[in-house]
Amino acid sequence: MKLPHLLQIEGLDREQITTILDTAEEMEAVGQRELKKIPALRGVTIVNAFFEDSTRTKMSFDLAAKRLSADTMAFSGKGSSTSKGESLRDTVQTIAAMGIDGFVIRHKGSGAPQRAMDWTGLPVINAGDGMHGHPTQALLDAFAMRHALGDLEGKHVAIVGDLFHSRVVRSNLHCLRTLGAKVTLVAPPTLLPPGVRDWPVTQGCEITTDLDAVVEDVDSLMMLRVQRERMSGGFFPSESEYTDGWGLTRERLARLPEHAVICHPGPMNRGLEIAPEAADAARSLILDQVAAGVSVRMAVLFHVFSGGEGSAA
Amino acid sequence: MSTILITGADILGEGRADVLIRDGAIAEIGSGLDAQDAQRIDADGLIALPGLVDPHTHLREPGREDTETIASGARAAAAGGYTAVMAMANTTPVTDTATAAEWVYDRGMQAPHVDVFPVGAVSKGLAGAELAELGLMNRSRAGVRMFSDDGKCVADPVLMRRALEYVTAFGGVIAQHAQDPVLAPHTSCCDEGPYSGQLGLPGWPAVAEESIIARDIMLAKAAGSRLHVCHVSTAGSVELIRWGKAQGVDVTAEATPHHLALSVELLQSYDSVYKVNPPLRSAEDIEALRAGLADGTIDVVGTDHAPHGLADKQHDFEIAAFGMLGLETAVSVICTHLVREGRMSWADVAQAMSVRPARLAGLTGHGRPLAAGEPANITLVDPQASVVVDRDASQSRSRNNPWHGRELHGRVVATLLRGQATLLDGMVQPLTGATV
Repeated sequence: MKLPHLLQIEGLDREQITTILDTAEEMEAVGQRELKKIPALRGVTIVNAFFEDSTRTKMSFDLAAKRLSADTMAFSGKGSSTSKGESLRDTVQTIAAMGIDGFVIRHKGSGAPQRAMDWTGLPVINAGDGMHGHPTQALLDAFAMRHALGDLEGKHVAIVGDLFHSRVVRSNLHCLRTLGAKVTLVAPPTLLPPGVRDWPVTQGCEITTDLDAVVEDVDSLMMLRVQRERMSGGFFPSESEYTDGWGLTRERLARLPEHAVICHPGPMNRGLEIAPEAADAARSLILDQVAAGVSVRMAVLFHVFSGGEGSAA
Repeated sequence: MSTILITGADILGEGRADVLIRDGAIAEIGSGLDAQDAQRIDADGLIALPGLVDPHTHLREPGREDTETIASGARAAAAGGYTAVMAMANTTPVTDTATAAEWVYDRGMQAPHVDVFPVGAVSKGLAGAELAELGLMNRSRAGVRMFSDDGKCVADPVLMRRALEYVTAFGGVIAQHAQDPVLAPHTSCCDEGPYSGQLGLPGWPAVAEESIIARDIMLAKAAGSRLHVCHVSTAGSVELIRWGKAQGVDVTAEATPHHLALSVELLQSYDSVYKVNPPLRSAEDIEALRAGLADGTIDVVGTDHAPHGLADKQHDFEIAAFGMLGLETAVSVICTHLVREGRMSWADVAQAMSVRPARLAGLTGHGRPLAAGEPANITLVDPQASVVVDRDASQSRSRNNPWHGRELHGRVVATLLRGQATLLDGMVQPLTGATV
């Protein structure tokens, strides 16, 4: 399967998502070998252009590319020409002129990866753009949940918390619904995204402010980070009030069905949206998600840059 | 001065007629007119409108001459059928003193393609704290009667009240950029709703516009003053203005061609050419604006012509500058989306794009009926022609044209400013005096 790019989950069908996840299974096996490397992308040069700070996603993409034998170059917005006022267009076109094969881009501005692709004509993988999307996060979440729960068709996933600022939820909605999961969105009224009830992807989803009404009926509880750095104007009265209403507390943890799992895209605010007992519980997939990130990103890089022909591993 | 004979034009209220122009004024209107010495303009099939007046133009001079000058903006105006434009005050330096207003006015006088009238700032430096020299600007050579902090809202209700009260002394009008800066801070760039949510762009809620309009209508009523609302963008705003007029408040409103035609859906491309303030809105808002313009609730069409260079636009959407070009395409947009749809007649267009804008700005030499003795400010439009917009053919120094590549109907063929053709056969005339 050849993917021209990965800007968002929207537009991928179930078969394509499943193929990526299946490829990720093969890539996971690569990561368990003694020699954790295959030559699939030998000779391919990928620029990891992180205009916005990132640790885990940047490292995950870098490791994924290296395991596929791609050459990588790192670009950071800080201290670069962008900090001197160069436009995004000039920056990406300058890098493209060096003869690279494509970009992995993270940017604080929604749509920046799409514009970079428009301006350079090169394949772009979106590593998180503003409040818009984070497609590889959605795929790795699905990968981790599929491992734990099996086929996600009919499974009930509740996504809880700061939906307003979350690019993760936007991508997860498309991914999970395409895979047939039932999705419930839970948030304080002030942290529901504008017009969320009118989005095509949320038609048929339950959208509620009452976590307690949901917690006993889920197969997976996906807690989102409260993005304190984006908070202004008082989205909720206090952290303790937030935790009381929308945190995965010890009490709510006890009410989760036995088989249900816990996800969090990280980094976590322990004690705010998730109690330490929940984060560290055996049913927590948080570290599995991180591990899945490398395998899934290997799969995405493989399908975008190799043409996806033949066996991945 | 030259003599011009326009033959066979469709003159509003007169039917097909000839127009004889001598010494910059209309000498005669009738059938079978002749003049041996006249330059002839064959206007068969063309509609003659009073020269268009734009109540809302950004000419960028002084300060950003790399994106537009008064001269280049004047040429763009002539290309769009305009004979007068109101130049907004958010230049560098700001037009907030009599000296600054006279500078813009004098510079405009050197640009032969259009009459340029400065809009004065409401507050010093557009800072929203202290009144600018409203009276001195009015009494200056520029004779400023319209004041606006456009680009920014006069958010302080006390300052807005004082401004409205102050201009009653000389019949001025306060033109408000309605944007509550707390509800919609400068980062807001997308109509708040399903699209802003899905695209992850900071929302610009309708209530940020509507709450200011509601407040200002009440302030204008209390002050017994004149309020003009710039670039109305939401259905709720149209309702509020309708309500204000019903209350007897002297409130006028303006809609831009882009808000009448382009919707928020275009932001899915993340192309910053569609980034404008206030933002493009929903189909329901567009319909309300069209209905409001058709029934006169929206009084005038203003272009909000906002030139920007590539360097200011080629960033990610949230960082890129607000604004799009508008002077050269306004008539075609209105023709395409309102006239051809049967929502407005050409007589309505004359009212919304010439007569009322001139009255709003206190211009006495523009927006006049086409009649003997009146200044020969005339725009000839071919309503049957269609054009595919080419941004590279623009007279503006900038290229941020949202209509590039789109087909529009109706084309401005000629523009006459006091009997002098500034546009002829669709070509801007090489008049002397311009400092392009």
